[in-house]
Amino acid sequence: MTEGLRAEHVSVRYGSRTVLDDLSVGPFPRGQVSALLGPNGSGKSTLLRAIAGLGADGGHATVMLNGDDLSRMPPARRTQRCLYLPQALPAMVHLQVLESLLAAQHALTTLPPARDEDDAVDAALRMLDVFGIANLAMQYMDELSGGQRQLVGLAQALGRNPDALLLDEPLSALDLHHQFAVMDILRRETARRNIVTVMVLHDLNIAIRMTDYDVILRDGRIIAAGAPTDVITPATLRTTYDITARVETCSRGLPHIMVDGLG
Amino acid sequence: MRVPDDTPGAGTRSEPGLTDYARQVRAGYRALLRRRLGVLGLLAGLIAGSVVLDFCLGPSGLSPAALVQTLLHPHDVPAGQGVIVWQIRLPYALMAVCVGAALGLAGAEMQTVLANPLASPFTLGVSAAAAFGASLAIILQWRLPGVPDAWVVSADAFIFAIGSVLLLDMVSRRRGAGTGTVVLFGIALVFAFHALVSLLQFVANEDALQDLVFWTMGSLTRATWPKLGLLAAACALVTPLSLRAAWKLTVLRMGEERAASLGVDVPRVRRGALLRVSILSALAVSFVGTIGFVGLVAPHISRRLLGEDHRFYLPGSMLVGALVMSLSSVAARNIMPGVVIPTGIVTALVGIPFFLAIVLRRRGLS
Repeated sequence: MTEGLRAEHVSVRYGSRTVLDDLSVGPFPRGQVSALLGPNGSGKSTLLRAIAGLGADGGHATVMLNGDDLSRMPPARRTQRCLYLPQALPAMVHLQVLESLLAAQHALTTLPPARDEDDAVDAALRMLDVFGIANLAMQYMDELSGGQRQLVGLAQALGRNPDALLLDEPLSALDLHHQFAVMDILRRETARRNIVTVMVLHDLNIAIRMTDYDVILRDGRIIAAGAPTDVITPATLRTTYDITARVETCSRGLPHIMVDGLG
Repeated sequence: MRVPDDTPGAGTRSEPGLTDYARQVRAGYRALLRRRLGVLGLLAGLIAGSVVLDFCLGPSGLSPAALVQTLLHPHDVPAGQGVIVWQIRLPYALMAVCVGAALGLAGAEMQTVLANPLASPFTLGVSAAAAFGASLAIILQWRLPGVPDAWVVSADAFIFAIGSVLLLDMVSRRRGAGTGTVVLFGIALVFAFHALVSLLQFVANEDALQDLVFWTMGSLTRATWPKLGLLAAACALVTPLSLRAAWKLTVLRMGEERAASLGVDVPRVRRGALLRVSILSALAVSFVGTIGFVGLVAPHISRRLLGEDHRFYLPGSMLVGALVMSLSSVAARNIMPGVVIPTGIVTALVGIPFFLAIVLRRRGLS
C-alpha cells in the first residue's frame, strides 16, 4: 500500500487549450505539509482541482490516496476523503459563523438532523478554536473581514475531517501574523491527524521554511519536486520565474530567498 | 490514522475559558433555534388571524356571526348567503394564503440557486410568460384540446409559465453558464413576453383587451375550489422536497465552488430547485394572474427575520408570502367600500414601502 497522495496521468483541457498534459505528481507525504509553487498560469490551481476531481470537463486523472483509488469514488464520497478548499472566500451571507460550519458539516445530508445539535455545535466550536476564532462563533459572516472569512473557510474544511486537504492559496487574505499562525496550525493539525495537506503558495520564503515537500511548476510541467531546499534553488527560480535570486542563510541559520533582479 | 476531533483536550491549547464559553455558545445556538421556531409560529398565527379577517370583512355586509353560522350549518341559511361564504369568501381567503406560500417558496429557492437577490418568478419572466399564455387564450381564443372552458386561460398561462422556467433551466444547464447568464436570460424573457403581450393587445378588440388588462392586474376573485385544491396539493408535495435540500441550499449560499468542493452536486441541486419553482410559480401565476411581487419580497423579509439557514428560511419565506398576500387580500376588498381592487395592485402598493424599508435599513442584502 502506498502512503500519501499521488496523482497520475493528469490531463486537463479548457476548450482547445491543453493546460495539463499527462502530468504525474507525488506522492505528497502524510503528516506533512506540501506546497505547489510556480508563476501565475502555471497550472497549480488546475492541478489541485484535478486531484480533487473538480477539474474542468474533459479532465482526467488517476488519484491514489493511501492506496485507495479516489478517481473511482462517487463525488460525494470522494470529498469526504479528500477536500478541496477554493481560493474564493466564503460569501458574505447572513449566516452565523457557527451555522456556516454546521452547514459545511451537513452538506451531504438530506434530512434535517435531530433537533439536539449540541455535539455538532461543540465540534464546530473546537474547530474554530483551533484557528483561534472561537470568539467569532455567534457573529454573522456578512460582518467579518476577508481574513476572518478565510479562517472560517479553513475551519469549515478541517471540520469535515478529511484524509487529504487541498488548499488553494489559503493565506491570500491574511496579514503577516496570521499567515505564520495559519501555517503553524496547519503543520500541527496535519501531523496530529496524520493527513496529507497540499497547498498552492506564492510566498517562497514561507514555502522554504514551513513546508516539507514542494513541487514547482511552469507552463503545466513540473520543473522540480522534493524537499524545499532542493526545489527552491537559484537555478529553478531562474527557470520558472525568470528572476535572478539567491537562497541565503540568515543569522539564525534559516534559509531566505533574496531576489536580485529580473532575468 | 484519523484522529477524531472530539477527544477532550485533543487540541493543543484549550483555554480554560472555553468550556464556559462553549456552554454559552451552545445555549446561544439553542436560543437562536427556539427564537426562529417562535418567529415561524408567530407568522403562522398572524396568517390565521389575517385569514379570519379576510373571511369576515367584505362588501356583502354579512356579520361574522352569520358567516360562522353559514360555515357550520350550510343548509340552514339562505342560499345566497351560502354561496357567498362557500364559493367566494372561503376559497378567496385560502387562495391568498396558498398563492403567497407558493410564490414565497419559489422566490426563496430561485434567489438561492441563481445566487441573485433580484431573482423571482416575477423578475425572471415566469409571470410575463403566463400573461402571454393568458392573452393567447383571451384574445385569440387559442386553447389546448380537451380543456374545459373554466380552465382555458389558466391552462394556457400554465403552459407558458412552465415553459419559461424550463427555458431558464436549459440555459442554466449549458456548460459554463454562470448564474449571471441565467438572470440576464430571464430578463430577456420578461421583455420578449411583454412585447408579445403588447402586440396581442394592439390587435385585440375592446372587450378582450379589458379582460386581458384585468387578468394581468392579478386577482384572487378567480379562485375556485378545484384550483385551490390543485395549488394546495402542489405546495404540500413540493415543500418536503425543498426542506430535504435545505442543508445543501444553505451551503450553496456560501458560493458555488465551495459547495461543490464540500460535496454538493450543484447542477443537480439547482435543477431540482428550478423544477420545484416551475411547478409552484406556474400554478400560482396561472390561477390568479400577475402577482409576482410577493416572490421577490418574501425571501428578503424571511432572510432578515430568520437568517439563511434554509431549514428556517424556506418555510419562513412561505409564511411571509402567505401573510403578505392575505393582508393584501384584506386590503383589496376594504380600501374602497364595495369595490374589490385587483390584488396584484394592492400587493405592490402595500409591499413596496415595506420592502424598501427593509432594503434601505441594511446594506448588502445579497
